[in-house]
Amino acid sequence: MDTRKWGIVIIGLVFALTILGYFYTPYDPNEVSVMERFAPPGQSHLLGTDHFGRDVFSRILVGSRVSLAVGVGAVALGSLLGVTLGLWAGFRGGLVEELFMRISTALQAFPSILLALLFATIWQPGVPVILWAVAIGNIPNFLRLTRSQVLSIKKRSYVEAARALGATDARIVVRHVIPNVVDSLLVQFTVSLAGAILVEASLSYLGVGIQPPTPSWGRMLREAQGYAGLAPWVLLAPGLFIAVTVIGFNLLGDTWIFRRDGVFKRE
Amino acid sequence: MKRYLLQKTGGFVLTAILVSILTFFVIQILPGDPALLMLGTEATPEIYARVRMEMNLDKPVLQRYFGWFADFLKGQWGNSWRYSMPVRDLVARAFPLSILLAFLSVGAALLVATPAGMFMAARPKTYSARLISVLTQAGLGLPQFWVGLLLIQVFAVNMRLLPAGGNSSYASFLLPTLTLALPRAAILSRFMRVGMADALRQDYIRTARAKGVSSRAIFFKHALRNGSLAVVTVAGLQFAQLFAGTIVVEQVFGLPGVGQLLLTGVFQRDLPLVQAVVMVIVFLILLFDLAFDLCLGLLDPRIRYE
Repeated sequence: MDTRKWGIVIIGLVFALTILGYFYTPYDPNEVSVMERFAPPGQSHLLGTDHFGRDVFSRILVGSRVSLAVGVGAVALGSLLGVTLGLWAGFRGGLVEELFMRISTALQAFPSILLALLFATIWQPGVPVILWAVAIGNIPNFLRLTRSQVLSIKKRSYVEAARALGATDARIVVRHVIPNVVDSLLVQFTVSLAGAILVEASLSYLGVGIQPPTPSWGRMLREAQGYAGLAPWVLLAPGLFIAVTVIGFNLLGDTWIFRRDGVFKRE
Repeated sequence: MKRYLLQKTGGFVLTAILVSILTFFVIQILPGDPALLMLGTEATPEIYARVRMEMNLDKPVLQRYFGWFADFLKGQWGNSWRYSMPVRDLVARAFPLSILLAFLSVGAALLVATPAGMFMAARPKTYSARLISVLTQAGLGLPQFWVGLLLIQVFAVNMRLLPAGGNSSYASFLLPTLTLALPRAAILSRFMRVGMADALRQDYIRTARAKGVSSRAIFFKHALRNGSLAVVTVAGLQFAQLFAGTIVVEQVFGLPGVGQLLLTGVFQRDLPLVQAVVMVIVFLILLFDLAFDLCLGLLDPRIRYE
């Protein structure tokens, strides 16, 4: 099968499993069962159990919810802010543009993980910390992308014609700019999602992200750290799910690039 | 070049000031009351008032910012609340390790990525090239800390070949470097391939071919020079991500670098420590950016006149 289709298949499966997790999990994801500690993967527990005897597969099903929701929420927030500021900078030009671009350069020096650690010092570790850190970390990319598109579209003759006919800025944005940027934004959005999921996992692993008892993939790996020799599945399963999801989003990004450009440029 | 140098350095100074404003804003303004954060809720009003005075919280914001930034530039970063010793000493002790780790992993990544990317560009249709391409996809998708945990499990616990952590010997740097280098190598090799493929399509390559230059010389001399520029650009931009990675990977391998220092600061809510470490990391990232921009200007005269 074509590599392009894999992205859709993988992400489709991940979302299907996440939705499944709302209606059905083989076991209660937080049910402790000391008798069944470190049960290996098999018939009764598909992916085995962890150090509390909790079913790993059920926890992964429920954990995916957190990873996806935080990822999608944060990137949506970041893209909304970035696109708005980018439109503003591109249209206004001058001092506003200069200022926004400087701020965006400054923000690029703060990786999301560093921002999250900074926020976690002041607020309590938890979902809002990751959400804002990833959102702010994504602003520069969206801002730059939108601004550069606005600059190139602004100069096209059909936009000048529209303006000559009395079209307002708002109309030009809605009718001409947005349809032109939407494909590139989609690519950026998908690739950013992959990054956001990795950041969430890393932060939850460090202990500044999702707090117990809520299961999340990164959190599960943090808890698995001491038991990898005893029960390799507690380390392998959540990591594989993260990796497959991230790779799926990256491949999906490639698919959007193909759709946008017509030809499949492999980068 | 002189104009380019001035332009870039000026940009660096402006960005550095902005970065300091952002950090100051987050640390000093957002929480509402750093004094309360330091003391907890059980302090008496008298102590609280004294601490507020000592922290200059009763002064206007602008005055506080300038005082704070001037202190930072002078290296007066205050005392850590947790360790009760100058933050500067803690930072000076922790940074060399992290910087060493960062350089080792960029070096390792370049060592792997350059030939891999060149190979993919030279023989794009072979199975080996496709395999490398799949591997880069994996390198981008695998969570770093997870790779680190797996490497520890395999090489340290099961095979007992390498130490699982710490920084007692050179061998103990091997696994962390590998962990950090993996995603860098994946990204860099992709850019190397694109850069080389682009370079090979240029007119001067066709001219060289028409003159009868051997394909080896074309590939390694004419195409490589231009093709590798993209990699230098990206390698420079990677430092931000690299430091983020270092924070996590140090935790996996129990390395006493900035990452550990920062995390201790975060969990102990040690504001002076956190703010100094964050500022130093961010300034280092900006400095590396500047250095790479200048290198690029030296390598590629076109950039200087943009």
